[in-house]
Amino acid sequence: MSTDLAIETNSSNSEKKKDGFIVETVKKLVQNKLAVIGLVIIFIQVVLAISAPFIVSYGPYEQDPTATYLGVGSEGHFLGTDNYGRDMWSRIVYGSRISLIVGVSTVAIGLLGGITLGLLAGYFKKLDAIIMRIVDLLFAFPGILLAMLIIAMLGTSLVNVVIAISIWSIPGCARIVRGSVLSVKKQEYVMALRSVGAGNTRILLKHILPNCTAPIIVFATTRMATAILSTASLSYLGLGAQPPTPEWGAMIAAGQNFMWDAPHMAVIPGVAIMLTVFAFNVVGDGLRDALDPNMNV
Amino acid sequence: MPTQPLLQVEDLKTYYPIKGGVLKRTKSHVKAVNEVSLEIYEGETLGVVGESGCGKSTLGRTILGLESKSGGSIQFKGNDIGSLTERQLKKYKKDMQMIFQDPFASLNPRQKIGKALEEVFVIHTTMSKKERKQRVLELLSEVGLNKEHYDRYPHEFSGGQRQRIGIARAMALNPSLVVCDEAVSALDVSVQAQIIKLLKELQAKHQLTYVFISHDLGVVRHISDRVLVMYLGTTVELGTTEQIFKNPQHPYTKALLSSIPRPIPGRKRERIKLEGDLPSASNYPTGCPFHTRCPVATEACREAKPEWREVEEGHYVACHLV
Repeated sequence: MSTDLAIETNSSNSEKKKDGFIVETVKKLVQNKLAVIGLVIIFIQVVLAISAPFIVSYGPYEQDPTATYLGVGSEGHFLGTDNYGRDMWSRIVYGSRISLIVGVSTVAIGLLGGITLGLLAGYFKKLDAIIMRIVDLLFAFPGILLAMLIIAMLGTSLVNVVIAISIWSIPGCARIVRGSVLSVKKQEYVMALRSVGAGNTRILLKHILPNCTAPIIVFATTRMATAILSTASLSYLGLGAQPPTPEWGAMIAAGQNFMWDAPHMAVIPGVAIMLTVFAFNVVGDGLRDALDPNMNV
Repeated sequence: MPTQPLLQVEDLKTYYPIKGGVLKRTKSHVKAVNEVSLEIYEGETLGVVGESGCGKSTLGRTILGLESKSGGSIQFKGNDIGSLTERQLKKYKKDMQMIFQDPFASLNPRQKIGKALEEVFVIHTTMSKKERKQRVLELLSEVGLNKEHYDRYPHEFSGGQRQRIGIARAMALNPSLVVCDEAVSALDVSVQAQIIKLLKELQAKHQLTYVFISHDLGVVRHISDRVLVMYLGTTVELGTTEQIFKNPQHPYTKALLSSIPRPIPGRKRERIKLEGDLPSASNYPTGCPFHTRCPVATEACREAKPEWREVEEGHYVACHLV
């Protein structure tokens, strides 16, 4: 058999073998029904948040003293109004903007810090002990308590909530990244790169990091759910967004005073939080399964 | 054979510390490579054989500086590598490359082949993008691949093709020494033959020197000019391929050679079976490292470490009984 012939047959065999990494992951993800439901919810929410000014008939701060405590299904206000006559639908939609922005920015800051620390700890043995002890220290505090501590120092505002929750996201991310760096750096291609003279920065950023993306994506998705829930909790406690901001947690806090007369004021933002958190969690779980090579059956 | 060796290794040691206790103090060492001395001449192929865990891969990696040595010296082209500055070292490392055992693991799965090969030039040269691509296409054709392969990912290739890519990467910088660490062991026999043929062609074309590490004695016999036999981190026998295969001196070499299956019916060979397992390199035997399993060991073997002696021209053995 000539060499050329052998190569020809080999390449035709391997060509139809596999799709790209992303295509394969998406294929596996859509087989998971819950994850699809989650994706749909997230998609709808993102669309609503982006197109908020165009789909509501009233502004979120617009008061109407003649139409207070309207129930669900009222004419013109299909989710009712609150004690000031503000349209609930408008407030929920604008609230989703806040939740998504806070979620995305906390996860982004958390990932930035966590990935940096995780890469350094996983790759450089000497830094490992120091960084991971700091991470352990951060882990020792219950999350909400740590966030409250930070807010107590910085003052109450939505920006400070973002900072607090970001800091609290860093240790979890650092651990996950460190773990995958430890396994990826033992791969032979890292040794091969060093043998051709590649430096540490190149190896870390161009080769190790791209191969750690799967656990990072899963972490980011589930972390979104936690971040949104924590923001709502802190705002509910009065430490985050302040009234009249249409933040869901703050809306529950305002609505609980009217629990008997107008339950929809507290229930609707509660359902919104629940749906969002549920959606991100099931998508996160779905991604975990889709990205885990051991789940291929 | 030229008198000046391309690579000269003296008393090379690679130890891994075993740490224990609360304070992580070093308790003892795993002696992966223990006092190895050898010379490699330009243009030759030195086969390194031995069973798994005997330190042959570690030896290769230490020579290339991928593992840090614990002692001894490595001289490459007459310069002691240990005394070089970082920049000079980079230049020397360029001259020594490695082909890895596992063609599936030695390529980044997220990187296209063309980019992976170009990266070598990004690191070491100031070539423009166009020049790099040109050079990579040349390399691909040199190892028997073609330009359609440039934009493919590693998983789209077969084992033999990936090993060709590994070879292309090692050849990219025109090295003078290439360490092939079990380069064909993961491939099936027909592909092995193709890859060995390719390696030989490249050697003739570029005046390459190979250190060919393998546990496959048949392959080593086929490709090597000289053969080094290792056992438990030390060298036990070194000679030309003919000396080692026709006239083995060390009892370990004899046992190793007797394990090659002979597909000739009716011809019976005496099979020397070794008792016991390879001793742990962390708990090194005293005296001759092979005495625990040697069929002809004597009292002297248990006590003194045998010297590295030349028994005929170019044929070295470490055994009291030879």
